[in-house]
Amino acid sequence: MHPLLQVNNIRKMYGHRIGCTDVSFDLFPGEVMGIVGESGSGKSTLLNCLAGHLETDGGEVIFDTRDRGPVDTLTMSEPERRMLGRTDWAFVHQHARDGLRMSVSAGGNIGERLMAVGGRHYGNIRASAIDWLDRVEIEENRVDDRPSAFSGGMQQRLQIARNLVTGPRLVFMDEPTGGLDVSVQARLLDLLRGLVREMGLSAIIVTHDLAVVRLLADRLMVMKSGHVVETGLTDQVLDDPQHAYTQLLVSSVLQV
Amino acid sequence: MTASDPKSPPMIDIRDVSKSFTLHNQGSATIPVMEAASLAVAPGECVGLVGASGAGKSTLMRLIYGNYLAASGQILIGGLDVARAEPREILELRRKTLGYVSQFLRVVPRVSTLDVVAEPLLSVDTPADQARDRAASLLAELNIPERLWALSPTTFSGGEQQRVNIARGFAYDYPAMLLDEPTASLDARNRATVLGLIEAAKARGAAIIGIFHDEAARTQVCDRFIDVSAFSPRRAA
Repeated sequence: MHPLLQVNNIRKMYGHRIGCTDVSFDLFPGEVMGIVGESGSGKSTLLNCLAGHLETDGGEVIFDTRDRGPVDTLTMSEPERRMLGRTDWAFVHQHARDGLRMSVSAGGNIGERLMAVGGRHYGNIRASAIDWLDRVEIEENRVDDRPSAFSGGMQQRLQIARNLVTGPRLVFMDEPTGGLDVSVQARLLDLLRGLVREMGLSAIIVTHDLAVVRLLADRLMVMKSGHVVETGLTDQVLDDPQHAYTQLLVSSVLQV
Repeated sequence: MTASDPKSPPMIDIRDVSKSFTLHNQGSATIPVMEAASLAVAPGECVGLVGASGAGKSTLMRLIYGNYLAASGQILIGGLDVARAEPREILELRRKTLGYVSQFLRVVPRVSTLDVVAEPLLSVDTPADQARDRAASLLAELNIPERLWALSPTTFSGGEQQRVNIARGFAYDYPAMLLDEPTASLDARNRATVLGLIEAAKARGAAIIGIFHDEAARTQVCDRFIDVSAFSPRRAA
């Protein structure tokens, strides 16, 4: 099996300060990797570098494209990268409003991504929008409502539907359950877990919540001060952490 | 090859495994917990781990499952060295080769009992109706009332959760299995069912390592015993 994504020596500086450095890993089809660390550890910087939202100061992000095979997305042409961002890649933001168009109906938010990849038939687009609303557990009769009329949890589910409707192969998620009530989080996690399995998605999930990665991630990368300090199978890293920082992180979680 | 063929290569082959924990945030104290652990289990064989509480029975099980990281040595399961394998290789091993029945069920909210039990089969691409049929027959065998099958086991009693966990652990025919106290706190009828499941797994050629506090149970299913105190690190004089 070939890796879907090969990340080599990614580096990002903010002036003299390290954003992240020496980050390398391979992600295989169907694999879900969690990136954990405290605020300022460089995990979101890394995710944004990988997704092409931030310019890097070195390294490669090689994606196995459908038509051309492995290509370094950091040196790809801008139109090509934009196309990738609408088809095979998806990005789920922590704040749903960053990933949604708040002035467009729920159905429109989902349909827009389909139209961007050439969908033209109104009836088909509306039907897939309704199908996706159902998959993320939003009632069909809300299809014409704007996301501003939705609760936080619903907005996040709508953002996920908008991202997954084009059948991406790689999904980047930045704190997908951050800022939601615990009960809403559980529902969203369960939904994400089902979708990831069902669609065979590869995903990179940044979070500071270890319960989220325990449930969703196959493997973990632990970051501190811009460096990767530990990697491994999720349950092994959480149950037998090797690095001092990971031990601190795991032991700091309150037991319920 | 029959299950009892003495020439069968071991399914589980543990060689010279050691384990220590380094507590970086407590003065970097290093605690050796296991040294030179070696054991092999052939297909169709059930080996019982014995030794006082704290001797390292569960630690050894966790090392074999890849949940703990071995400090040195080899842990070969069906030819894969768990001590060195990539996460995706270990996950594939857990899907197709190595099952683990622990005492506690880790449940995902909102997933029905029937699906919790069918999941190991679904994850190896068993057709859904076949997977659910197998799950249903195991749940019935373990006396989980049918009216509960559509509910999440989150709200079940401890005993019910344990039986759901056993059903899940035996849904797929793993060639190698780890059983951590599978009969603890079961009533006589369910205990007999579980022992029957273990014997059936042996008969189809599964290599099993188990921890059983219940002495009658272990004499019934185990072919031999390994005292893990033999793997305790020698204290420096």
